[in-house]
Amino acid sequence: MAYLNITELQKHYDNYHALRGINLAINEGEFIVFVGPSGCGKSTLLRTIAGLESSTGGTIELDGRDITELSSSKRDLAMVFQSYALYPHMTVAENLSFALRLAKEEQSVIDEKVKSVSASLQLDKLLERKPRELSGGQRQRVAIGRAIVRQPKVFLFDEPLSNLDAALRVQMRLELARLHKKLGTTMIYVTHDQVEAMTLADRVVILNAGQIEQVGTPLELYRSPNSRFVAEFIGTPKMNLIELDNVVRENDTLHLKLLGASIDFPVARTHGPLPDNVIMGVRPEHMHLVETHGDLIGKVELIEHLGSEAYTHIRLANDQTVIVKAPARTTIKDGEEVHIQVDRDEVILFNENNRVFSVIAEDASHD
Amino acid sequence: MKRSITRLLMAPSVLLLLVWMVVPLSMTIYFSTINYNLLYPGRNNFVGWMNFEFFVTDPGFWIAISNTLILLLSVLVITVVLGVALAALIDQPFWGRNVVRVLLISPFFIMPTVNALIWKNMMMNPVYGIFAWLSQSFGLEPIDWLSDYPLMSVIIMVSWQWLPFAILVFVTALQSQDTEQKEAAQMDGATSWHIFRYLTIPHLARPIAVVVMIETIFLLAVFAEIYVSTGGGPGYDSTNLAYLIYNQALLQYDVGVASAGGLFAVLLANIVAFFLIRAVGKNLTV
Repeated sequence: MAYLNITELQKHYDNYHALRGINLAINEGEFIVFVGPSGCGKSTLLRTIAGLESSTGGTIELDGRDITELSSSKRDLAMVFQSYALYPHMTVAENLSFALRLAKEEQSVIDEKVKSVSASLQLDKLLERKPRELSGGQRQRVAIGRAIVRQPKVFLFDEPLSNLDAALRVQMRLELARLHKKLGTTMIYVTHDQVEAMTLADRVVILNAGQIEQVGTPLELYRSPNSRFVAEFIGTPKMNLIELDNVVRENDTLHLKLLGASIDFPVARTHGPLPDNVIMGVRPEHMHLVETHGDLIGKVELIEHLGSEAYTHIRLANDQTVIVKAPARTTIKDGEEVHIQVDRDEVILFNENNRVFSVIAEDASHD
Repeated sequence: MKRSITRLLMAPSVLLLLVWMVVPLSMTIYFSTINYNLLYPGRNNFVGWMNFEFFVTDPGFWIAISNTLILLLSVLVITVVLGVALAALIDQPFWGRNVVRVLLISPFFIMPTVNALIWKNMMMNPVYGIFAWLSQSFGLEPIDWLSDYPLMSVIIMVSWQWLPFAILVFVTALQSQDTEQKEAAQMDGATSWHIFRYLTIPHLARPIAVVVMIETIFLLAVFAEIYVSTGGGPGYDSTNLAYLIYNQALLQYDVGVASAGGLFAVLLANIVAFFLIRAVGKNLTV
């Protein structure tokens, strides 16, 4: 029995079906990240868990208790909002202690808790300030502190870092990860940024059009997505999706035919019948530029130098573009003709419904 | 060079405004120091402080001052308290909200004279007014509002006139309140009363200050409602400073004393404004 159980959760707006039957089990102490494009329902799901939106169907159970109909103040959850939502006319100390004061805790207990939380978030020197006198990062820490001080059962984060600048975002991401290690409390985190999802999560929940597309650890999602949506959503630059000319089966091997090349693929790594149209997915780091005898030949259109590596955009003979990762100090020039070698162990095959019908090789290298 | 052009271009409007203000003020000051009664033209000799003396020793003077302040403070309290309450109420979504909003705002568009006539003839008339009918339907003696409670009647009329203004300002302010803050408070365990008390009221502090200041300016000079309904009476019971000045100038034709009264009104306005703005500024601004 999981800690937080969501069963068949539905949310209808007047003319919009925001959540279409969400089933999810979250264990105690897990860091779960909801990720997806805008409008996928991730914030709605979080707000429904928080009780800020009522559900139209299904149940939510927390720690063995049905909280579906409970008001948000009784759910024992704490939320950090995107805009931080600090109370503007209260000092930092008053912001931190607001929930405790409402719960009529003793003053000595309140002081003690505020003190320890503010010390752990380096807010002790700011306690008498008003929110408008704080920087973005400090406000963010107050918002987190306000959630921690109540010691809730679950923390909810609604895109908490999206209002910070890039450098601060990386720093706060680390602080959040550290915080989760220290507190060990269950956390649910909503973001549209897949880097945040990959770096913070124990498990990532990918949502698309109000449904869960796939749930798994960051590496599972990256290495074995089960649909084209997940494959494209996770990873920058995106996975290359190449339409094959045709696929020929010969005993235990599939020959993936493309522009005169033939890539061998063991039938054992596929399941289900062979579809008519097959799309091959390969990540940029699983294609290599070689001098001669590559699988594919193309012309370099553009090279992006990132310092630690370079991404070459290559146009194939059938006008498809693929992105190939190259070493940082590659000497390839624009317009040059190059050969590409495909790493067979990492190839993923999609059918015409954009579902994956293959698995990656068990012993595929971890690079 | 650039600066002098700016000044040159601004000069006409500045001068016009200056003249607009200075001429009436200096004429008032001048009139207040001469003998200027319309019944005795030509005898406009300098009389020093005599007009002021006359005005201050008028039996209605202190009553008028206290009536002015009672009227001001009562209407301020009524409009602010009721205004916040009603604004909070119509900020909630309910069926027909837009109609209710328009209805609540509409008294503001009614002229003060018409307002007073409506209240005088349709609501408070002891014979065929709605209040009289209400009392009678409970078997009570109808109240003659305008002669028994004249100042209260004026307060009711003026409050009715100014409540929409307060509601309008507060509703606008409520709409700018951050919903995430309210949701955060909800998550923190706040009831809707807590949210109103600890988030909404502080959020409304500045709009309240604005309403108080603007209403003060107009309420010190309430005239039409009194003129149309009670005529300042019975006796001096509903005479305020503005009405007393009118009384001097146009009923007793003594422009000199009326001008002296006008200067008292300026003085009173400044004193009230000073204290109100300080109190409001200190206690309410975020």
